[in-house]
Amino acid sequence: MENKTPLLSLKNINMVFKKPGSLLKDQYIHVLRDISLDIYAGEIIALVGESGCGKTTLGKIITGLYKPTSGEIYFEGNKVSGIFDKKVTSFNEIQFIQQDSYAALNPVRTIYQSLYAPIKNKHKKWSKKEVDAKIEELMQIIGLYPSEQYLSKYPHQLSGGQRQRILMARAISLEPKLIVADEPVSMIDVSLRLSILNLMKELNEKLKMSFVYISHDLSTSRYFAANGKVAVMYLGEIVELGQIADVISHPSHPYTRALVQAVPVPDPTYKGADELPLKSMQLGSLEDRTEGCSFKERCLYCTSECNKKQTYQSSKTAQVLCCNLSTVLDKDK
Amino acid sequence: MKENIVEFKNISIDYPMKKYTLRAVNNVSLNVKRGKITALVGESGSGKTTLSSSLIRCISEPGIIAEGEVIFNSNDGSLINVEKLKEKELRSFRWEKVSMVFQAAQSALNPVLTVRQQFYETLDEHGIKLTKEEKEAKCLKILDFVKLDSKRVIDCYPHELSGGMKQRVMIAFSLLLDPEVIILDEPTTALDVITQHYIFNLLKEINKTMNISMLLMTHDISVVASFADYIAVMYGGRVMEYGSVEEVFKNKLHPYTKGLINATPSIIGNIDDVRPIDGRPPNMLDLPKGCVFSDRCPFAKDICKEKEPETLYKEDGSFIKCHLFLGGEDNGK
Repeated sequence: MENKTPLLSLKNINMVFKKPGSLLKDQYIHVLRDISLDIYAGEIIALVGESGCGKTTLGKIITGLYKPTSGEIYFEGNKVSGIFDKKVTSFNEIQFIQQDSYAALNPVRTIYQSLYAPIKNKHKKWSKKEVDAKIEELMQIIGLYPSEQYLSKYPHQLSGGQRQRILMARAISLEPKLIVADEPVSMIDVSLRLSILNLMKELNEKLKMSFVYISHDLSTSRYFAANGKVAVMYLGEIVELGQIADVISHPSHPYTRALVQAVPVPDPTYKGADELPLKSMQLGSLEDRTEGCSFKERCLYCTSECNKKQTYQSSKTAQVLCCNLSTVLDKDK
Repeated sequence: MKENIVEFKNISIDYPMKKYTLRAVNNVSLNVKRGKITALVGESGSGKTTLSSSLIRCISEPGIIAEGEVIFNSNDGSLINVEKLKEKELRSFRWEKVSMVFQAAQSALNPVLTVRQQFYETLDEHGIKLTKEEKEAKCLKILDFVKLDSKRVIDCYPHELSGGMKQRVMIAFSLLLDPEVIILDEPTTALDVITQHYIFNLLKEINKTMNISMLLMTHDISVVASFADYIAVMYGGRVMEYGSVEEVFKNKLHPYTKGLINATPSIIGNIDDVRPIDGRPPNMLDLPKGCVFSDRCPFAKDICKEKEPETLYKEDGSFIKCHLFLGGEDNGK
């Protein structure tokens, strides 16, 4: 993969939101800091982190719904600036699956109407018959057949899992190269969760679509991105990036370690750690973030070094944003 | 003192509608052991919330208990039939004997009252006669117990607290009147894994040090494995299997329990062993004939589709509802 251009490349993305403060002074919240990420064709990347760490914001930047405050986005080597840039047609190539499947579908349109519009819009010359055939094909792929039974329905008449599949159909109807899926299974029952993940896995294998899987759940990430990468986010930074199997078995960053240990395991004989390797359970705040390491208040290995600007270092398995990585790793032994 | 603090006896709960009656819980008998954590596991719509709310007679409208009764064996030796409590007795029974931590702590707290006002209101309403100083001391003590910065939090409004803090305030709230049982309805659904880990450690500590029995409802079987003592698996308004967590996970007897465990991705173990349960969750208005799980069960035989299985009790009090384990012709394995 060395010489290949990445499908999508993010370079030093920063995102600052303005928070209305007092009359005299607005407050600014620095949500994403210096994010760089390459996504290759056919790859699955899981974005994992606590709520409020900026993973959805990053997803929206990738899909072009937000314009980053600074930084550059390259799509197949070409610089692009967002979905509202009229020159850019390439953003048909990136689709977004929202977290809340109920809110993502227009409640007064039937499923057929919701699926018809984007296809017709992309292929303006297609006849109704051709579009219908395409819709039929999509319904086969997502496993909702006979399709007539579903197409004439409104979103509220479908179950959560079915709506999630419809969203998937709509996302793949434009044959994108990359799909950003924001917590696609968090609201779905356990027994259906896997079938949705399997469907996405299949799309990845058959159609070579890349996926960015946004989730707070390491277990489903591990299942879905089994051969892919994971990017662990903390307070607007990617603190660790590597192959997911390696990162879970040998986490390097102190935060990743805590995260991995906190995941419950469906086996009562498995003895996890009683105490997490953290100083406090309280998630740091983006508003009063100080210079240096974002994790220093909770880190067990914190030293005076941590107040300096952080750089990425390589551990055996991953790229890690941590000042005294060697100390952390040494403590293992 | 009896071993069981709560006994559900042949409970059936109906929701009468205009055209039909929905039976959300069907002939369930279940015991909650004193001083232990019993988990009710099931997908949405399996009746776990309905069943547990019958313990505080709080079934949402228009639900009624059609058959059976709920017996509460108090620690002081008295026996309370929850069905027969008068309105006034019920008011003191709730929260003094049995309290509840609701699913969405975010909306369970009153947004226009501070934590202090809400705590005092409850103390006053239940006729606890304390001086101002004693009240404050009591509130601070339980807030400290859930590891909150009590002096600050007590004068906060709910919106000033994070999700994890609100959930801990809710837990402190449930301890306010020294109850004997706490019902926990999906206490960590909206929280990330690290906060979840802390909350469950806290609950375990409360269970051990204060000897409070707990009834935990969840759809996450990994949480049950690492936290509960007993498990009751619900499906289609019935308890399919009940037993100690170790035994149930080790033996994986009931096909649905087995399916649930196999369908849960984990961060350890082989990913290829994880597989979904075929089919879709049951429609409570149109349950399959015979065993309610028969249409999804890979081991279903003819009898499963005709007759609902009897409950098979074992010596240790555990039970299972499945034809595969009932004796008789050809039902060997």
